[in-house]
Amino acid sequence: MDGVWVFIGADSVIFAILFLSFMQDRLKNPALFEASRHALNMNLGGVDTLILLTSSWSVALAVQAMKRDQIDREPRLLLGGAVTGLLFMVSKSVEYFQKFAHGITPGTNPFYMWYFTLTGIHLVHVVAGTSLLTYLCVRSRRGTYDHLHRAVPESVASFWHLVDLLWVVLFPLLYLMKAA
Amino acid sequence: MSVLRERVTWVWLGLMALTCVTTWGLSKELFSPTVAVVGIFLIAAVKVRYVMLDFMELRQAPLPVRAAFEVWPAVVAAVILGFWFATPAIM
Repeated sequence: MDGVWVFIGADSVIFAILFLSFMQDRLKNPALFEASRHALNMNLGGVDTLILLTSSWSVALAVQAMKRDQIDREPRLLLGGAVTGLLFMVSKSVEYFQKFAHGITPGTNPFYMWYFTLTGIHLVHVVAGTSLLTYLCVRSRRGTYDHLHRAVPESVASFWHLVDLLWVVLFPLLYLMKAA
Repeated sequence: MSVLRERVTWVWLGLMALTCVTTWGLSKELFSPTVAVVGIFLIAAVKVRYVMLDFMELRQAPLPVRAAFEVWPAVVAAVILGFWFATPAIM
């Protein structure tokens, strides 16, 4: 389990540096960042946050079920986590498609470079997490995980909650931060 | 196991409510940029803290580990808000 916490800590620090770099770039051209931000779909971003929080909740309940040896509950709770992860990917795809349809790409301006970079790196995390949750879901149907055998699912769950908390900061940073 | 008896369920409901407050409340024109941005990022830091403590179960972690992770949302919010106040106004 220690290795996963080192990874989570390192990943958190990398994202913190990326957030700082975004703010440094914004400092140079706040008017451009403000105008570009208005083209983002705030409602979709808010719904994405609700989706990831629900996903984390479902996975946290799955870990609680493992601790209590409630093996029959595990597959559907893990499936809930995987399906909501997939829903987030669909939502992000729709958002990217809308941007490309309007001719907005990472090369449009520095704001969109940051938008695609930050959400893209985060999306890679979502794809990895959803794949791992799907794997756990399949394994849990065979009764693999209980209070004695939960190191792997707990590691995946911790990673999935990291994905959630990174989005909790990313969303207001890109979508909600008004200019003074 | 009733989900309503689980602490994580109440934490999840709180996080969902706070998300609605920031996305469809504080971001509206009704609030000044300063109130909106400070409120939104303080709430984001609180949300991250609860995700760490209850979903990641850091509440039960050894104190040094818990403290190391709890510093993250505080530092991130402070840096973002620090840069936001340092950025020239466009109005």
